[in-house]
Amino acid sequence: MDHTEFVRGGTGLSGKDVEQNKIFTVDDALNCRYTWDTGVAIGRYLEELKNGKIIAKKCNKCRRIMLPPRMFCELCYCPSDDWVYVEDTGVVNTFSVCQVNWDATRVEPGQNPHLPAVIEIDGATQGMGILHLLGEVETDKIFIGMKVKAVWKPAEERTGAITDIKYFKPY
Amino acid sequence: MRKVGVVGAGMTNFIRRAQETPKELSYQATRAALDSCDLNLEDIESVAHGSAPDAFDGIHQKGEYLADGCGGWNKPTMRVFVGGATGVHALAHGWYHIASGMFDTCLVVCEEKMSSAMPHAQAFFLTIFDNITERPLQPTLLWIFAMEMNRYMNTYGYTKEDMAKVAVKNKNQGIKHPSSQFNEEVTLEDVLNSEVMAYPVNRLDVSPVSDGAVAVVLAAEHVARRVTDKPVWVEGVGWNLDTAYWATRDLYYPRYLEKASKMAYDMAGITEPAKQIDIAEPYDPFDYKALHHMEGLQLSPPGKTVELLNDGHFDQDGNLPMCPSGGLLGVGNPIAAAGTMKVAELFWQLRGEAGERQVPGKPKYGVCQAWGDLMQVSSVAVLGI
Amino acid sequence: MGLVERINKNIDNKYWDSDEVVSFPVKNRYTAGLAGQKFLEGIKEEERIYGTSCPHCQLTFVPGKLYCERCFAELSEWIDVGTRGEVYTYTVSYVEKDGTQKESPSIIAVIKIADGYLVHWLENCNPGDVEVGMEVKANFKPEGERKGSILDISGFQPA
Repeated sequence: MDHTEFVRGGTGLSGKDVEQNKIFTVDDALNCRYTWDTGVAIGRYLEELKNGKIIAKKCNKCRRIMLPPRMFCELCYCPSDDWVYVEDTGVVNTFSVCQVNWDATRVEPGQNPHLPAVIEIDGATQGMGILHLLGEVETDKIFIGMKVKAVWKPAEERTGAITDIKYFKPY
Repeated sequence: MRKVGVVGAGMTNFIRRAQETPKELSYQATRAALDSCDLNLEDIESVAHGSAPDAFDGIHQKGEYLADGCGGWNKPTMRVFVGGATGVHALAHGWYHIASGMFDTCLVVCEEKMSSAMPHAQAFFLTIFDNITERPLQPTLLWIFAMEMNRYMNTYGYTKEDMAKVAVKNKNQGIKHPSSQFNEEVTLEDVLNSEVMAYPVNRLDVSPVSDGAVAVVLAAEHVARRVTDKPVWVEGVGWNLDTAYWATRDLYYPRYLEKASKMAYDMAGITEPAKQIDIAEPYDPFDYKALHHMEGLQLSPPGKTVELLNDGHFDQDGNLPMCPSGGLLGVGNPIAAAGTMKVAELFWQLRGEAGERQVPGKPKYGVCQAWGDLMQVSSVAVLGI
Repeated sequence: MGLVERINKNIDNKYWDSDEVVSFPVKNRYTAGLAGQKFLEGIKEEERIYGTSCPHCQLTFVPGKLYCERCFAELSEWIDVGTRGEVYTYTVSYVEKDGTQKESPSIIAVIKIADGYLVHWLENCNPGDVEVGMEVKANFKPEGERKGSILDISGFQPA
């Protein structure tokens, strides 16, 4: 028995078919705006970022110092305990040099590529990383294990957001 | 738990932009699956369908919308959604419909139409990141794959060339698949010289965006033996989710996949997967992921996988053929349907019906796997004949 | 309470607005599909409404569909079902999406045609004149204005 006869359907279209209105389409956008409650833990996280500090939360059972802070430890499945301030320095666990924007357009020539990284923050449990950006560094000089420090926005520009830290740079 | 067999499979072509509506795509795949085993809708007692983010098709109760195209009119129908892992998860979902004794037959259908998403399907992935602590950084899905690939290569000293070999192997193998989006071969140079997306990922390291649907028919043992003389048994299923705080895990090893595969192997009675599994279909949205998953599936010792790849161990006629279908890299990647494509592939392979892609010898056990979300979830199924 | 309620002021970082840093200008482009294409061509080119007929279930679906959901047969018989239908149910809307009053109320009806239905506006009549079971007929826009959309019919009016 040959399986190819049960592979059928799926009629291909080209971009031109749509542009020339040979194939009828309807465009629609969701156009939604959300206002989320930050919750107790992230609310405090953002507040401390506005103060120029990074705060984590401890689980006394597994002894992890968790970042971002959370009201319960998802591994032990119990409420978390003390608030703990951590450093604003860390180590690059992994990184990328991205030439593509979030909407799949390419970074313009002359513009800097995006430099996302997972940064293990000093003071939190080993391996506890957060996603952030790198800056003030040449792309071919970045390496896994690189030590970095946060570059903050000036106090009057901070609003209580993860972007109160502009990026991390090597030191 | 009752024994469950796969008795039929059908799929649409995987293409960049389909004219069909998502319902029509599901219908085409489901009709083909029913035709392949000479069954009709009245023989089907339940439907287990899967489709990943509603945002791609742009219909925000996609399960209900797709239901009649999947044969679910007036029947017990249930949808699953675990991101990219949906394709194999839907098989597990259909499996327990029958294994529990509730139903004797079940249609498992997965569909995805990504071409509706404008400007580009990638843009919609912005919303899978944490809304407060990650989205303001304007991340894209490429970031997490690139960073995982970087960490993986760095941990074992693999090179981009090693990873690119998987892209070449799968893309050229996929040309043999009737549904494939491609018909031109690629070389190692093509892959390494393709444009840089996000270091270390180049354009040809990635699978394409596709539209498509795949369906398989499941039946309880006594029905399966009547419908076909070569039922393929679902020997084991497993699934596992890890923490959503993806940056708190070291990305070089998928521990959630190890747990999911252990669950499936235990159920199947497989104690030495690397020796007992004859065909592997790991999920390969990116070339390095196929190797990453082979290690998580316990089919290759971490750190030694590239050596085995270079020795031809994973070729179609090697000791452990990997992705004889051509995988997502070679056939196409409609998010949910891609996993079920792997199930259909094992179905055809184990019955000796895979044509040009047929693995020689008489393969007895195959494992297929799908992965999804923020480096978080895997579903695994072991099929045997 | 209005249709739309918005939290506008962020107190103590208790709320995070999705538009705060990144707006999300994406959209979906839906194709009419294999059957939908034929259905809309009938409206655009011929000012006709077509359905598909399932010989097994003895049903004619409007708009025409690729397959019968009941017996799963592929449908290839396209039938001209005329341009008239019957009001199956209707409602009258007085308020816009943002809560403001409409200039004149709009009537939306489910119009039964053969064994299927179309949802569309009722025009050239007052809300008080509409009755369930009332016969209505389609008004097509002039040829130059038709694009291959359900809106090529501007609405239905009492026959």
